[in-house]
Amino acid sequence: MNVRQRLAVVVPGFGGVTALVLLIAPTLGSTPISLSNVFDTSIPWADNVDAQIFFVARLPRVLAGALVGSALAAAGVVLQALLRNPLATPFTLGVSASAALGAMLAIAFDLDVGILGAAAVPVASFVGSLVGTAMVYLLATRVNKALSTNVLLLAGVTLNTFFSALITFVQYLIDFADWYRTARWLLGNLDVSSFNPILASMPLVGVSLAMVALLPRALNLLTLGEDVAAARGVDVGRAQRIAFLSASFATGAAISLAGPIGFIGVVVPHLVRLLVGSDHRVVLPASILFGATFLVICDLIARTVMAPIELPVGIVTALVGGPVFIWLLVRKA
Amino acid sequence: MNHTLLSIAAACLTMATAGTTQPAQRIVSLVPALTEMVFAIGAGDRVIAVSSFDEDPPAVKNLPRVGALLDPDVERIIAMRADLVLLYGSQTDLMTQLQRAAIPYYEYRHAGLAGVTGTIRALGQRIGQEKQAEALAAGIDRRFAALRQRTASLQKPRTLLVFSRERGSLRNIYASGGRGFLHDMLEAAGGVNIFADIQMESVQASSELILARAPEVILELRSTDIPPEAERIAEMGAWKVLASVPAVRNDRLYFLPGRSLVVPGPNVGEGAEAMRRVLHPRQ
Repeated sequence: MNVRQRLAVVVPGFGGVTALVLLIAPTLGSTPISLSNVFDTSIPWADNVDAQIFFVARLPRVLAGALVGSALAAAGVVLQALLRNPLATPFTLGVSASAALGAMLAIAFDLDVGILGAAAVPVASFVGSLVGTAMVYLLATRVNKALSTNVLLLAGVTLNTFFSALITFVQYLIDFADWYRTARWLLGNLDVSSFNPILASMPLVGVSLAMVALLPRALNLLTLGEDVAAARGVDVGRAQRIAFLSASFATGAAISLAGPIGFIGVVVPHLVRLLVGSDHRVVLPASILFGATFLVICDLIARTVMAPIELPVGIVTALVGGPVFIWLLVRKA
Repeated sequence: MNHTLLSIAAACLTMATAGTTQPAQRIVSLVPALTEMVFAIGAGDRVIAVSSFDEDPPAVKNLPRVGALLDPDVERIIAMRADLVLLYGSQTDLMTQLQRAAIPYYEYRHAGLAGVTGTIRALGQRIGQEKQAEALAAGIDRRFAALRQRTASLQKPRTLLVFSRERGSLRNIYASGGRGFLHDMLEAAGGVNIFADIQMESVQASSELILARAPEVILELRSTDIPPEAERIAEMGAWKVLASVPAVRNDRLYFLPGRSLVVPGPNVGEGAEAMRRVLHPRQ
């Protein structure tokens, strides 16, 4: 099968599953609701608990899960190819730690007003991700004009450690109640309770994914080495810059929306590769769709399995993703 | 009866101490609630150092700080020649170090409202202030008994007791579950905790859970002294998305500032009174 034929199978297949999950997930939760009540416009909004549970609590949460899942999965695929390292994750290059530092500072200083009505913590976290991205980018392009992936990796990992130390330092100084809030934020949470944060993140995730769409062929060749890619006519510097920036923006948007939810960015790309092969023209769209599905399912488990108590979704992504990944790995071997 | 038994059980629990029983003269407190208790039973002048989080009573402002739960400065504590260290039951490393240095300590664990009076009594015995401790604890017990009596026959609103939330949004809401001093204070103040069935001190309350449990009153605790009315109006907007929740619909959202509501110390009575005033303003 050539790539077009494979895409014609993979995209509708993965897309169908994603659509199905997105349709079913908001109907399930810790509280039983009546779907006929949800869409019954004769019941006043203020009295319609079912509609509010559906539209205020569940739908934004499912959409946030889909958005964050696709952004982190795409960032994982791109960074693994860019750094030619199967262990690379959206959290490898310092962007996540700087985003988390932004959120920590907002909590520590009790910033209560955000920008354009958005709450302070996500705004501060996004600003943090931009600062981290700029620092890593400037460091990686400083040595020679082109982007050096070695410097990128080393600078990214170093800044990650540096920002993580600053996070610990901030946590060390703040009082206990705030410490609890920061620790909980670091576990990730998709209960966004309104569509506004999703609308705020969407353009950025959209731009990142549009940038990612330019990359599949270049990523295929970059995984073989920069020289090979250049010899085959890839503008290596440009492709690397787009790859780094798109992955960083996607990561920043995802973290500012939901906190650092781990494991998606590393396990989803590998799961998808095990299922569809390693051609990025197929892996990228499949990962974006599968990332959305995977995180929405994990969040569904997180909010129902121990109801009324809710589990942090990051625990579920690792508990579900780990065994599934190992099973696929062993089966494939 | 049940309450008395609980007090005794809590007192036994917190009496797990090491070292001598000689009244201590140089006390280091790493637990703000215990610092307040020591001052309240008349031994404040024997406190030589406190934790980084201590703010009350005002006399502690000038005392040296020797760390807290996660970062106790054991060298300084030893150098200060403390003869009693008040610490958390989970600070096992510190206990080992103090044992080695032959410094007695008093171990504290949170144990609901009954644990507060139990701890006061046990602490009084430990530092030779039995009478004052008994008077304080009995006063708190009487106050709660009176409060319970006062609210017993009232219609008790279903209440969500929030102690942490992201400002300006309904994210990362943490509320009191059915265990701990805040839950006990709320029930005494004439409210029904909507999470009473969840046997945890802290519950992460998703918007779905709040919509489903439909509280009639929402109480938000803040440890800072922000003017409650200005704060309330500014933050009210965030709750408006949960329009079907009776507390939101009937504008029964209250902010309760002040440390008496977040520290399980000698001022728990005032904290519970503050809750009662907003739950039953006319009683």
